[in-house]
Amino acid sequence: MLTLQCPYCGVDAEETELHAEGEAHLKRFGPGSSDDDFETYLFMRENPKGVHFERWRHSNGCGKFFHAARSTTTLEVFGTYSAQTYEPPQDIKDKITAKYPGWSWREFA
Amino acid sequence: MSTRLATGGRLLNKGKQLNFTFNGKQLTGFEGDTLASALLANDQMMMGRSFKYHRPRGVVASGAEEPNALMNMGKGGKFEPNQRATTTELFDGLTCASQNHWPSLEFDVGAVNNYMTRFFPAGFYYKTFMFPKFAWKHVFEPIVRQSAGLGQVPKDRDVDTYEHFYAYVDIAVIGGGVAGLQAAKAAALSGAKVLLMEQTAHWGGRAATDGGEVDGKPVADYIADLVAELDAMDNVTMRTRMMGSGVYDHGYVLGYERVNDHTPGNDGPRHRLWRIRAKQIVTATGAIERPLSFAGNDIPGVMLAAAIRDYAADYGVSIGDRTVVVTNNDDAYRTAILLKNAGLEVPVILDARAGGGGALAEEARALGIRIENGKGIAKVKGGKRVTSVAICSQAGEGAVLEEIQCDAVAMSGGWSPVVHLWSHCGGKLTWDDAQAHFRPDATRAPTNQDGIGFVVPAGSANGEMDLAAILNDAHDAGKAASKAAGFNATRKAAPKADAQAEAAMEPVWLMPQGAGPKLRIKAWLDFQNDVKVSDVRLAAQEGYESVEHTKRYTTLGMATDQGKLSNINGLATLAGQLNAPIPAVGTTTFRPPYTPISFGAIAGEARDEVFQPLRRTTIHGYHEDVNAFYEPVGQWRRPYTFPRKGESHADAVKREILQTRDSVGLLDASTLGKIIVKGPDAGKFLDMLYTNMMSNLKPGKCRYGLMCSENGFLSDDGVVARIDEDTFLCHTTTGGAERIHGWMEDWLQCEWWDWKVYTANVTEQYAQVAVVGPNARKVIEKLGGDMDVSKEGLAFMEWKDGKIGDFDARAYRISFSGELSYEIAVPASQGRAFWDALMEAGAEFNIMPYGTEALHVMRAEKGFIMIGDETDGTIIPQDLGLNWAISKKKEDFLGKRAQLRSHMADPNRWKLVGLKTVDGSVIPDGSYAIAAGSNANGQRNTQGRVTSTYYSPTLDCGIAMGLVHNGPDRMGEVIEFNKVDGSTVKAEIVNPVFYDMDGEKQNV
Amino acid sequence: MSNAVSALNSASFEGFATVTETGLRGMITLRGDLSSAKLKAAVKAATGAAIPDVRRVTTGKDGMAAWMSPDELLILCDYASVNDTIATLTAKLTGEHALAVNVSDARAVFRIAGDGAREVLAKLAPVDLSAGAFQAGDFRRSRIAQVAAAFWLNDDNSFELVCFRSVAQYVFDVLKVSAQPGGEVGFL
Repeated sequence: MLTLQCPYCGVDAEETELHAEGEAHLKRFGPGSSDDDFETYLFMRENPKGVHFERWRHSNGCGKFFHAARSTTTLEVFGTYSAQTYEPPQDIKDKITAKYPGWSWREFA
Repeated sequence: MSTRLATGGRLLNKGKQLNFTFNGKQLTGFEGDTLASALLANDQMMMGRSFKYHRPRGVVASGAEEPNALMNMGKGGKFEPNQRATTTELFDGLTCASQNHWPSLEFDVGAVNNYMTRFFPAGFYYKTFMFPKFAWKHVFEPIVRQSAGLGQVPKDRDVDTYEHFYAYVDIAVIGGGVAGLQAAKAAALSGAKVLLMEQTAHWGGRAATDGGEVDGKPVADYIADLVAELDAMDNVTMRTRMMGSGVYDHGYVLGYERVNDHTPGNDGPRHRLWRIRAKQIVTATGAIERPLSFAGNDIPGVMLAAAIRDYAADYGVSIGDRTVVVTNNDDAYRTAILLKNAGLEVPVILDARAGGGGALAEEARALGIRIENGKGIAKVKGGKRVTSVAICSQAGEGAVLEEIQCDAVAMSGGWSPVVHLWSHCGGKLTWDDAQAHFRPDATRAPTNQDGIGFVVPAGSANGEMDLAAILNDAHDAGKAASKAAGFNATRKAAPKADAQAEAAMEPVWLMPQGAGPKLRIKAWLDFQNDVKVSDVRLAAQEGYESVEHTKRYTTLGMATDQGKLSNINGLATLAGQLNAPIPAVGTTTFRPPYTPISFGAIAGEARDEVFQPLRRTTIHGYHEDVNAFYEPVGQWRRPYTFPRKGESHADAVKREILQTRDSVGLLDASTLGKIIVKGPDAGKFLDMLYTNMMSNLKPGKCRYGLMCSENGFLSDDGVVARIDEDTFLCHTTTGGAERIHGWMEDWLQCEWWDWKVYTANVTEQYAQVAVVGPNARKVIEKLGGDMDVSKEGLAFMEWKDGKIGDFDARAYRISFSGELSYEIAVPASQGRAFWDALMEAGAEFNIMPYGTEALHVMRAEKGFIMIGDETDGTIIPQDLGLNWAISKKKEDFLGKRAQLRSHMADPNRWKLVGLKTVDGSVIPDGSYAIAAGSNANGQRNTQGRVTSTYYSPTLDCGIAMGLVHNGPDRMGEVIEFNKVDGSTVKAEIVNPVFYDMDGEKQNV
Repeated sequence: MSNAVSALNSASFEGFATVTETGLRGMITLRGDLSSAKLKAAVKAATGAAIPDVRRVTTGKDGMAAWMSPDELLILCDYASVNDTIATLTAKLTGEHALAVNVSDARAVFRIAGDGAREVLAKLAPVDLSAGAFQAGDFRRSRIAQVAAAFWLNDDNSFELVCFRSVAQYVFDVLKVSAQPGGEVGFL
């Protein structure tokens, strides 16, 4: 059972306090978007073996959504960070690079 | 025979005798006994029968690895099957019975299987029960049922309580043997917070039994001092009777504490499951001795050498008068020496090694014990008890050299570290050729959230088998763990123990090594599941080469002991048959729990009344008082109907509807979700959330709205009230309150975080009562207060704050029934009083409460959709004819883009219509409208389905809502719906509004 | 107001710790910018309490303030004065984007007192409740068995716990199981 640190209240929360909320950094496409863009937004998801970026919510806690970067294979957590951002912070990307040189995930590397 | 010795028994309090019952026999033991040692002291060697062949079985081991001595324990509400006698502490009044036999342990009909052994090989079930097809259900299955399963299923409710406990420590040390104690001390000296747990009732493990000196004092004294020292440290918690059950991700450990198993009359929980988070975990879980595979190795009286030693030293019990020792290592000599010194006979030590043993062998020889090197057992003789062994050359095929009379055999095939907890979370193993066992590979520890190893093995669990090495290793493990947990490791040196040089062991996987089929078929690997050397060989021959496949085909290691004794011998046998090195064959996966734990402990407090949360409105007490019949809605329990004495539910629902339509009824609507949305951008936000426009709603007004997911599918609906310029109150469905609040927060926190909007879920702040029916207004007016609820004072789809009676109320003029209706919210703490006041005021109108079924029927009569009935996660508002509630002006709202996708805009999507049965009957729930012809799979074509179907008391006939192909264009057409009995029911397609189509009744 | 009753009408249970439903309490959800001077002044005026740090409670002469999230406080006061307190908050926050809403009736409050109080909670909440980790004035939102709850430690070593009113009976019942005589763990 995972523990993730909520970046808002600082709690090292175990999974029973949290709720998984799917993939991080999705870009919303609304009316006027192409079928392809909309399909990507709705349905296309990463399923990586290794580095992954997710959304979580501290649902039995401060109620805030946040982002987490972790490895799906080793369950190492590279960091958690604000939901109000379009990309992972540099220090977390650096930490991943140190462990997995040459990693990439969607448009991030 | 087995009996109590005059000496020995370091764990016993011989001053306190305890009475217990086994198979109805009254027996006695001492405080400190295990059930196994007490039974042995009473010459009860045979403790059960095996699972498959019903062979007589005695105890083999002295601890958690025991495969045979499983008991039906206790009675009534304290009954539990499959309790290991070796890990059950004796208490006064204990009652138990042996398992797997009928009619008695001594004489068992099922033992006939034993004589059919050759007909029950590995895979027997898979091969035998294939044909003829009918025989499985009528012949094989009933027979298998009779004989399947271990022990009996409890018949009574468990009377005990259980609980969880969350603990946070720096270092958890699992195992309280000498290694665990030493590791805990080394770790604790760093200042780290340490939790040390031991599965038995005693500290020190078996070190004291085996002797030796540490820092110049006997190891027993060293352990006593160590325990006292740890006990005095503030940063150390020590728990006995607590097993490290499993190691999981991110430093999670489950500790299974048997609080009251040995004191069953005491207050408090029976078991406590510790949910521990540790920065580092030390596994000092010891090692388990392996049996040897020779013919008859399962006959009662054949035991692990160290277990025989334990029973003698710890419990003062001798297994037999004449014990033959058979071994491939030096350790078993300790058993021979101890027995000889206790005045018992050891006719011979059979050492499979041609070169024999080392110093311990010399010591045994000096005591006058006969030692035969290069020899083994060809066959054990005896039925319910060992009578003799036939000895042979280990190198040969089993030609008998000599038969030796004995009543016990002590066997040792070497020791395997208990690597389970190391392995649970991904710790890797390495094969140690010299000791012929798998041991933890320290370079490949399981890693935690920081990417660092978080499990450190210590002592014999790490493959160290000598006291001096064990203490060194454990001390280092404690230091390593404290360092990894962020502390400065102690600089104290490890204690010094006198090392005892031992001759190298030699692996022996079959005895004799050339044993033929006749011997192999009687050489057991897995005692509990009756798997023999011959079965594993057969599996390999039949192509089950993967160890995981062989395991499942033969059931090797799949019993409740999870192969603690059999795994290594089994996979070595497989490797031999495959002619592959053992590490290439590998092990099966080690999974928690280490030994079975009780379901009660897993469930914790969650049983009976608190099995799951039950949400109650503040009016719930009324529902209880009048014995409402409930239905679950989420975690709420809502009254489905309020049946009167002798009244059927259907009649009660009918009464409630007719009364409400004729006069007035009350609904407890408190469960409806209520969410405050406030801020300068609140209107803009709700315009995105709802399909229709909310920003132009005037304060004081209400509007019905729909919410969709980004897939375009309907997700929730409800009435929105604008409180003031900045503030809205959004009603959601009962089941949707938390979900929709989360949905709002999701968009506000993750997408539009610059919008100025705050939300608050105030669902439970209010008790909400729907006062419904032509006399609703009169009832409210009768209560008095300052609120004008007249047609003009509070018009349809308006809301207002004020006093009703002396209650602070907010009244919404909304209707889900089609009647004149007020939904009135009062502070929840006044809910019951308000309800009672309405009941009293309405008495002259014969007011009565109605439940959710009447609510459902009345809304269906009005053609109102219900989320979850008309919608199922694949329905868009357009399917339900709700286009009027979808804004065409708004550029964007959640779900808008999806509703433009080609599949959503397809004119062939089934659409909502009303359905009225021709014969007045009710269409069965879930029915499909059938169409001509059949599809490619030969199934009948369909053209629609029912979404809601009821008997309408108002119309006195069956009505339904359904989705039908081109439905709205087919008014008046009669179509057929299937019934479970194969017949059909005809229904006319009609407008879904069955009742008061112009809405005059609600607008008076 | 005479009709108002709390969820469990001050029910109490005596185990190895004492569990009591404390009766009606004024509670206000206050959402806003916790760093703003205006909000600080509003909380001060309404309760006398300062803005609490992350996961802390503060106490003033007229009430308490508890840190719920980076943009939310729970204000506690007398049940009778909750409307006045909201009025004060709202008046002081005029012109500022904020939300102050009465949730007194949506909640139930329990007190867990006695030497075993920490252990009673530690059986139900995945929180480090050791004396070193959880101190007077600390506040934590978590779960109690299967439902959301928040609790804090008072100076007198008693806990107060807030949960939704609809699950008050459930929470009381699990606290009773947890506090049953003989259930002392001896760890905290």
